[in-house]
Amino acid sequence: MNDHMLYDVVLKITYEYENTASGGRQVLRLMPAHIEGRQNFISGSLDISPKLDERNDRLDFFNNALTEVAFQGSYDEIIFHVKARIECLEQVQSLNIAPTLDGLKREIASVTALDFISPHHFMGQSQRVRINQKIKEFALSYVQDAMTVVEIVEAIGKGLYKVMKFDAEATTVDTPMEEAFEKKHGVCQDYTHIMIACLRSIGIPAGYVSGYIRTIPAEGEKRLEGADAMHAWVRAWAGHDCGWIEFDPTNNKAVNTDHIVIAYGRDYDDIAPVKGIMKTYGASTTKQGVDVIPIVDKIAQTA
Amino acid sequence: MAKKSKTIKSQDERVADVINGYARMEGVADELLNHDGTIRPVWQEFINFFSSLSDATIQKRFARGDQYLRDAGVFYRRYDQGDANERDWPFSHIPIILDEGEWDHIAQGLIQRADLLEYVMADLYGAQDLVTQGHLPAELIAATPEWLRPMVGATPKSGSFLHLLAFEIGRGPDGTWWVLGDRTQAPSGAGFALENRVATNHVFADHYAKMQIHRLAGFFKRFRSSLMDMAAPDDCGVGILTPGRLNDAYYEHAYIARYLGFMLLEGEDLIVHQGKTMVRTVDGLRPISVLWRRLDSSFADPLEFNEASILGTPGMANAVRNGALNMVNALGSGVLENRFMLAFLPRICEAIRGEKLLIPNIASWWCGQEKERDQVLGNTENLMFGPAHSTFLPFEQNEMFSLMGNGEHVALRDQVLNNGQDYVAQEAIKLSTTPVYIDGKLRPRPMTIRVFLARTENGWDVMPGGYARIGQEKGETVLALQGGGQVADVWIKSQGEIERESITDTQGKTFVRQVQDVLPSRAADNLFWLGRYIERSEMMMRMARGYHIRLGENEGQPTPLLQFMSHHFAKFEVEEGAPLAKTINATLFSAMGSAGHVRDRFSNDGWAALKDLSRTAQIVANDVPDGDEAANAYHIMLRKISGFAGLVHESMYHYTGWRFLKIGRALERASITASLLDYFTKTGVPDGALELPVEICDSTMTHRRRYLVTTNSDTVVDLLALDGMNPRSILYQINDFKEHLSFLPGQSDQVYLSDLAKTALKIHTDLSVSHPDDLEKGYFKDLEEDIYTLCNMLNEAYLS
Repeated sequence: MNDHMLYDVVLKITYEYENTASGGRQVLRLMPAHIEGRQNFISGSLDISPKLDERNDRLDFFNNALTEVAFQGSYDEIIFHVKARIECLEQVQSLNIAPTLDGLKREIASVTALDFISPHHFMGQSQRVRINQKIKEFALSYVQDAMTVVEIVEAIGKGLYKVMKFDAEATTVDTPMEEAFEKKHGVCQDYTHIMIACLRSIGIPAGYVSGYIRTIPAEGEKRLEGADAMHAWVRAWAGHDCGWIEFDPTNNKAVNTDHIVIAYGRDYDDIAPVKGIMKTYGASTTKQGVDVIPIVDKIAQTA
Repeated sequence: MAKKSKTIKSQDERVADVINGYARMEGVADELLNHDGTIRPVWQEFINFFSSLSDATIQKRFARGDQYLRDAGVFYRRYDQGDANERDWPFSHIPIILDEGEWDHIAQGLIQRADLLEYVMADLYGAQDLVTQGHLPAELIAATPEWLRPMVGATPKSGSFLHLLAFEIGRGPDGTWWVLGDRTQAPSGAGFALENRVATNHVFADHYAKMQIHRLAGFFKRFRSSLMDMAAPDDCGVGILTPGRLNDAYYEHAYIARYLGFMLLEGEDLIVHQGKTMVRTVDGLRPISVLWRRLDSSFADPLEFNEASILGTPGMANAVRNGALNMVNALGSGVLENRFMLAFLPRICEAIRGEKLLIPNIASWWCGQEKERDQVLGNTENLMFGPAHSTFLPFEQNEMFSLMGNGEHVALRDQVLNNGQDYVAQEAIKLSTTPVYIDGKLRPRPMTIRVFLARTENGWDVMPGGYARIGQEKGETVLALQGGGQVADVWIKSQGEIERESITDTQGKTFVRQVQDVLPSRAADNLFWLGRYIERSEMMMRMARGYHIRLGENEGQPTPLLQFMSHHFAKFEVEEGAPLAKTINATLFSAMGSAGHVRDRFSNDGWAALKDLSRTAQIVANDVPDGDEAANAYHIMLRKISGFAGLVHESMYHYTGWRFLKIGRALERASITASLLDYFTKTGVPDGALELPVEICDSTMTHRRRYLVTTNSDTVVDLLALDGMNPRSILYQINDFKEHLSFLPGQSDQVYLSDLAKTALKIHTDLSVSHPDDLEKGYFKDLEEDIYTLCNMLNEAYLS
């Protein structure tokens, strides 16, 4: 197996308005990130129509790249078109030197910093993640004595995958995580928020990862859920030595070269792909198309 | 002789009467009396004066203050039982009097605290040394919703994060002052303090003038100039950013905007354009770079903070980051209000400044530390517990609890034990009491004072006075203020002469006329609609009066004419089948809504007149029987509404905003008149129908004098549509509209007429050259449509 994967990522989001809209300002987090030792950003472009009045590229608190755009005139359609070539590097499973929950607690307490990698940001409640007794009990049911944090993260991720039913129709972007958990259904966003709540409820710092996953599975593997849209999964802090680890509860998989990261945040609210989209009176429709094609496959296709 | 000495008491006796009935509470300090029961010297003069007043005089004086507050429309809003009602101002007429020397000590302590808070704020949004060095726990800050991550690394344009602060202080049993909480997000109350001062001045005018009490105007004047100094040269002014009329302190925002001459702006009045903040005005986008923020930071920008906020302006946070906008106070300043801060500030002060807090804050312990938690749980005597991340003062919400006593509170104690990081324990200090006049006697009640500090070019300026809150009940701790009480003025008594300055003082210049007239589009829109709603309700009142007079004449029996009328009224219905009285009530309610949005542009008299009108309409809608009684009620309402119109016409300055009000009125009158003519001059109308439009348009007398024939459709049309001399005619309204339009931005400086002016001119010309005979069937229906077109064009050009 390759120790790295090369992908062409294509994303097209289209908003169509029944009545002409005008003006508006958005913040976009759509472009794959460059992460040393994890993911190489080779090239990329973000094209937008109609013509922009303003565009500003910068980093947010969690060091994610974002693009703020503003339109002035009127329009009845907005298109965001992302193209990027990304290399994903194989993550070698290191020795499991992660602490237990008690050890983790001490390690967290020893961190006296609030920079963007500090685990403190990823504890307790955040805008979209709330902790309740039921979630905590659910999380604890997967924890056994002497388990390391890495083992606990995987156990909870797997456990969640087992009890949840993937259902793209059951929830919307604004469905509260409690409801998705209660009814045990939803999409990647719901899986991710519930798993974050589980981890935080037992003292493991956890955050939200937005990104893409490969569209066509590697040979002999089944097609990944969420491949036809943008995806989300979980990141958890497993102590100083192991650092941040990632798990995809929707696909019951430890994250490796199938996943391309866009941004890291506490939950969806920190890093929603598009914020501030125009709401006009009258109907509007949104279409999203994603293709994440491994370059080798592409060569094979054209050959 | 002996008899006389019994009825007329000496001053000493009268003072003794006042004092003897004053049951001072044990174990707490009192503002009026020393521990030995003697009067504090600073109160002596006031008590001498007060004791010379008879009970009746006191009531009369108090009533004067209350009348002022009612006339001024001072109210506050409370959100209980799910509805937001305006409540009467709970004013306690007796001021709190403090000595200048003691006040100086308080001022020094609060200036030190303000500097300390500025340091902490700059650190939390900058280097974060306090966290890395262990003075503030990282986990506490990370869990604070008011610590806004997007603002980390942003330095304020003016160089300072904090510009206006308030501190809630109280006096402990041994006489020392304590800080109960810091207000740093968007402190309210400075305007209320000013209103309380005006009100006490109405109550004790003669006495106040004689006593040497520090005035408040100078503080506001210096704060105003410090804000104006921050503005850029091409700014259209300084804005006060308000969450809008549903906020509990909206009245204060409007009041202070009017007082300081600042624009009152809501989020939708602003737009970020090419990195700059602009006001949407009727004259296009105009730059602004200083906003006094009365809106919580997290609502200020839906792109970076609370996405659900509809009160904010997208892009505002980035404008601040780019140094294009001065926010007073900086976005994210709410972090300093968290209860847990009080547990760390004393040590931070010592570590950073090498000195103790001059005025301590109430002793507080964060229960997230094992040692502290065990200590406070070990001895819960005189402690209160509350959420660590709450930004409320101890008495503002019923969120504080006590763990005193045995066996009780097991669940709460377990909460603190297991989730210590979520709780702070605080000393439940016993507050001092101050006199309140209840049932003809002075009684002691616990109080706190909110003190305001403004940053000026000469450093922090302390308002010599404050906003006092007084507990309802006799209780002694801070918790006695829970559930609301009264408010009072605070007098700082000087030993020497005081400076008497007013907000309108101008340096050396005797006369400064402010020419700038920036009218935000939203304000113009509200004035336009206010004009329309008022006119609409007036026309409907006339219709209703006409109807009820005829109903009364027919002993309540339906006639063809009455049915014909009702059918027309249905046009205005807000809900199907609702009687006209209900519709009138609803329309006036809408008028109040529009007026409420532009409280800062509205005189108090105008507001009071409108409120009175709306109240009457409500009574008429609910309680007045049809027929003669209703007709009478409409007589009264029509008198009231013409009173309001008179105020607008006679007293409102002819700013651009006034023109929008007049335009709204003219276009509404024109369109309703057109619809009346369309309906009531048709062929085959019931007997007497032709009289109605003339009557509704208040032109009966004119008609009689002007035409020597009986009423026919030609005379009616001529008088109500085509006669330019009749102030009720459609032609007159269009003429009026054209006149006002010519004063609006972008109308007079063009070589060619604007589309709006062209359309108006066409309508005008058509009406001017027509004779009743020329008008084809359906003319007035089309005319009504044309007038709506004018409204839409006006909306497009100025109001959106």
